[in-house]
Amino acid sequence: MALRFVCDGELVELDGVAPGDTVLDFLRGRPGKTGTKEGCGEGDCGACTVLVGTPVPGADRLDWRAVNACIQFLPMLHGKAVLTVDGLGEGLNALQQTMACNGASQCGFCTPGFVMSLQGRAMGAVGCDLPVGDVLAGNLCRCTGYGPLLEAGAQHPPAGRDDAPLLAMLRGATGPACGHATLPDGRTARWFIPDNADALATLLAQYPGARIVAGATDVGLWVTKKLVDLETVIFVGDVPELGIIEDGAEGVTLGGAVRYADAHAALARLSTELGELVRRLGGLQVRNAGTVGGNIANGSPIGDGPPALIALGATLTLRSVRGRRTMPLEQFFIAYGQQDRAADEFVESVFVPRPGGQDVVHISKLSKRFDSDISAVCGAFRLTVEQGTITAARIAFGGMAATPRRAAQAEAVLTGAPFTAETMATAAEAIRADFAPLSDVRGSAAYRLEAAGNLVWRLWHQAQGQAVRVQEVAHG
Amino acid sequence: MADTLTQTPGPLVGAGYRHDSAHLHVAGKASYIDDEPEAPGLLHLAFGVSSEARARIVDMDLSAVRAAPGVVAVYTAADIPHANDVSPVAGDDRLLADGEVVWLGQPVFLVAATSRRAARQAARLGKIAYQRQDPILTVAQARAEQSLIEPTQRMARGDANAALAAAPYRLAGHLAMGGQDHFYLEGQIALARPLEDGQVHVLSSTQHPSEVQHLVAHMLGLSSADVTVEVRRMGGAFGGKESQAALYAAAAALVVYHTDRPAKFRADRDDDMVQTGKRHDFLVDYDVGFDADGRIEGLRLGLASRCGATVDLSPAINDRAMFHADNAYFLPAVEIVSERLKTNMVSATAFRGFGGPQGMLAIERVMDAIAGHLGLDPLAVRVANLYGPGRDVTPYGMTVADNIAPELIARLREDGDYEARQAAVARFNAENAIFKKGLALTPVKFGISFTTTHLNQAGALLHVYADGSIQINHGGTEMGQGLYTKVAQVVAQAFGVGLEQVRITATRTDKVPNTSATAASSGADLNGMAALNAAQTIRARLAEFCARTFGGAAEDVVFAGGQVRAGGEAMPWPVLCRRAHMARISLSSTGYYATPDLHYDRDAHQGQPFYYFAYGAALAEVVIDTLTGEHRVLAADILHDCGQSLNPAIDKGQIEGGFIQGQGWLTSEELVWDDAGKLLTHAPSTYKIPTANDRPDRLTVTLWNGTNHRPTIHRSKAVGEPPFMLANAVFSALGAAVMACNPAAGWPTLDAPATPERLLAAVARQRGGVS
Repeated sequence: MALRFVCDGELVELDGVAPGDTVLDFLRGRPGKTGTKEGCGEGDCGACTVLVGTPVPGADRLDWRAVNACIQFLPMLHGKAVLTVDGLGEGLNALQQTMACNGASQCGFCTPGFVMSLQGRAMGAVGCDLPVGDVLAGNLCRCTGYGPLLEAGAQHPPAGRDDAPLLAMLRGATGPACGHATLPDGRTARWFIPDNADALATLLAQYPGARIVAGATDVGLWVTKKLVDLETVIFVGDVPELGIIEDGAEGVTLGGAVRYADAHAALARLSTELGELVRRLGGLQVRNAGTVGGNIANGSPIGDGPPALIALGATLTLRSVRGRRTMPLEQFFIAYGQQDRAADEFVESVFVPRPGGQDVVHISKLSKRFDSDISAVCGAFRLTVEQGTITAARIAFGGMAATPRRAAQAEAVLTGAPFTAETMATAAEAIRADFAPLSDVRGSAAYRLEAAGNLVWRLWHQAQGQAVRVQEVAHG
Repeated sequence: MADTLTQTPGPLVGAGYRHDSAHLHVAGKASYIDDEPEAPGLLHLAFGVSSEARARIVDMDLSAVRAAPGVVAVYTAADIPHANDVSPVAGDDRLLADGEVVWLGQPVFLVAATSRRAARQAARLGKIAYQRQDPILTVAQARAEQSLIEPTQRMARGDANAALAAAPYRLAGHLAMGGQDHFYLEGQIALARPLEDGQVHVLSSTQHPSEVQHLVAHMLGLSSADVTVEVRRMGGAFGGKESQAALYAAAAALVVYHTDRPAKFRADRDDDMVQTGKRHDFLVDYDVGFDADGRIEGLRLGLASRCGATVDLSPAINDRAMFHADNAYFLPAVEIVSERLKTNMVSATAFRGFGGPQGMLAIERVMDAIAGHLGLDPLAVRVANLYGPGRDVTPYGMTVADNIAPELIARLREDGDYEARQAAVARFNAENAIFKKGLALTPVKFGISFTTTHLNQAGALLHVYADGSIQINHGGTEMGQGLYTKVAQVVAQAFGVGLEQVRITATRTDKVPNTSATAASSGADLNGMAALNAAQTIRARLAEFCARTFGGAAEDVVFAGGQVRAGGEAMPWPVLCRRAHMARISLSSTGYYATPDLHYDRDAHQGQPFYYFAYGAALAEVVIDTLTGEHRVLAADILHDCGQSLNPAIDKGQIEGGFIQGQGWLTSEELVWDDAGKLLTHAPSTYKIPTANDRPDRLTVTLWNGTNHRPTIHRSKAVGEPPFMLANAVFSALGAAVMACNPAAGWPTLDAPATPERLLAAVARQRGGVS
């Protein structure tokens, strides 16, 4: 029952863990484990990057991934191994030697996080096939300008690793778990880790007020920034049925707790546009923890994933002890902060239909920074074009309303119209009429409207085979 | 001997040694303040802060704070034993608000609790009643109320109005540029501990240990001798820990004073961003007269900055903006008017460049605007305006004696293939409707010295032990810039020993007193010289001992390769040290340095505030998307002057890092306040510094092969701040790309940061024919 995991090669068993205790606070409170730093406490700077290894059922290896320890809760480590900069062994390994000698550190405070991101890549962790710049996009450095860090990554490509010793230590440490602790104000906080979906449904029926936590990339901030003391938490990140990825002919089915990093390949096969969106959704550490289901269930008005999924025609399946129900994704978002989920329901799966050969798909995310930013505008289009005529149109936007929402007027204008520049001009204006966005730190209402309409033109030019993203432009 | 040492780089100085702590950084073993083991009884601190930008405090009910779990004590201004002051100069920054608040987020009360979380939770429970006043937030509001931190300053030469009236061409415009958060990765932190007999020891992440020492002492009514401040390293600073660290150190010291328990204040990132100052935003107005070649004949330049609620370092920062409003250009008749506006916002503070970037960006915009107006290549206009023979005196009356800008620009122009690339950009723009490229080459000339003359001094303490090992200590602080490494190189070379013989030790006020902040790029210039001075003292004693013992003249003794050769004898360095100790030779010395030849009359804004200038230039290529306003920096080629570099590897790191930081200031880093004066961008989720993918695909850095005409430490030049302004090339290139949408409309009025929103709006104006 106790929480058990391996920390830098040492088996740890803990009682009295509260659901909101963070991995970072645990580490920094242990002698010799202060190498992992806190830079922001919200998963945006990567200074606290550690690697978490999860035993892969039926294989003799661990699934390693880099995560932000500041917004990972300690119970989420149950049955896993965590590797920190302090556990890399005596002396410096080859990666560390490169970084020590090539100017990869100046003030040194972000350095352990960069070491662990690049160590993960060198160990073949999730995302190791990405370009080094994408592996590091969730690590901020304010001193170096990143050159030596990128260089160090290039010099240490992914390689294998023997996980057998850790697997042996973890044997018997996995399985369901629960725990409780007394909060400072005297309340009792409880957490549960069910090991199957039925158990999860039963727990939710028993504790309808429980907070469901998958990757904690959102709820983590409630704890570190809003200073909420979580009371009852059910961790669903390792429920096997919620981890399925079915890449079928009709489309992709994702379990509710599939992490974005794991969904990335299947979604990119579905649509390269969707793959590009996922590449820019958080840093790798965030995609390694954050789930597609969580991104939907938290009901963000921006929610970078949902607008694209809505445009592609995704459906959502909720489950409880009472049974299942499936709905078009857009119907889940009722109003700001309000979703169509009963207290005892959880997101079981999302199905994303595969676009056909006649579908023109375009997805654009506009933000102040390309990587690890939240959209000012996220626009997603699926136009079905048959013999020069648009026979169906699905358009959804994030950042333009209180919820991710479809552009009804633009869809109406496009449906049945010829796929021409003239039609695009009309559609751009229709999109501007569809929404009345707010002004906030990410952009003004005027910018949002102007740019949202212009995305139709981007779609058009892309359909003509032109480059439409500045990333596609070379110097010289 | 001194002259030889300052002029000839040896085998250590000039070599690219890695940062002295690099092996610790990568292993997670470099210790920062929060990594110190926590002593029993340690208290953790948090501020309760103001929710109003300008108000009288009518009532404070802190009973819920006191009753919260884990809270040990709560303090207000009434609990400060002596001076409620954490300001660097003017005495107007309160540790805790006393009766009134002048910005939103200002600390009002201080909570000490058994855990950091308990302190933070309790700090949100205070009930403060305010009598609200309308805050002064905007430039217009501050101007209307003549709300200033000091009188408006004027720097002038000749008759600018007459020159403007007589000039063949005349153009007026404006430019707004935003501030910038430092975003050091290690947030503000201090750990204070009680020592016997009422003394206090403070570990502070500060660029200015002496100032923290003095403020803590004054706050508690102690003498400076009773307070020791120590800093081994900071996890980044960039100016943000020059004056801002004192707030947290004083809070921790106050709790030590009252409880006799150790106290640690580690600010949460969001709290840090709300509670500490940032780079000044500026509003620039220009009116420029010029000839057909774009050569300036007269210029009136208005520089208005929002300084925030208190004085902090704003007078000197705004002075430096004026000093750099010429950049590398001769301004024959000029009037610079600098308004220092007092607003109800967190006080703006030092940030790499210290006003220089804002002044420099202003004149670069003037250059671009002239070029846009005349249809000339902006680089041609820049070259036409450079300082040169007969045109070599700055608006503040200092002769530019080391002007390498013309040749440096010519080199970069050639090596960077400027003409061919401009042609390629023009072709690209002719063929592309959606994308427009821009290319720009801009220079940097940055004055080196504190413009407050008395700050240009430094001390060092050097011990040689009888086994030959060496400990060096100096007043400079290490924030990642490699100062400790450079000073160690200087010391090792002075004794002809390897770097491994030199142990670098934490900066402490009980080792070197009365130091200046590690700021103004001066760290190596000042502390390197002070350390060299100490080394020379000991070396002279050893040389004299050698001559006496082995024959020959003291000046003929050679210290090299770990050996000492004197009068036909050669012995390993440690042997000499042992023998000298046995012969009762003192092997310890202080060292001192004060920069010569500086004088400045601030009333007239005339004099010689700088010892020399550091130069550089950058060539940047960008592309913008005219549908969305997105952009990318595609390439940057940099040529930068470090004199005779003390350490080319470290200097290149400073140059690249400075450039990217400047790129962030001018592109993605946007500070947003709401109408009540609340900062909305107070975390990395909303405030966007560059990531690895924002680095241009091509970024080349070349060091200018030159020297310093002044006898600085081994003829090197300061490198901390100047490269920041290389990023001005990015901003000019973005302007060029917007202009390419409709060249007839002239240079666009593009403000900074050039977010997608600003770029898209600029494109729309440009196409509409209104730049």
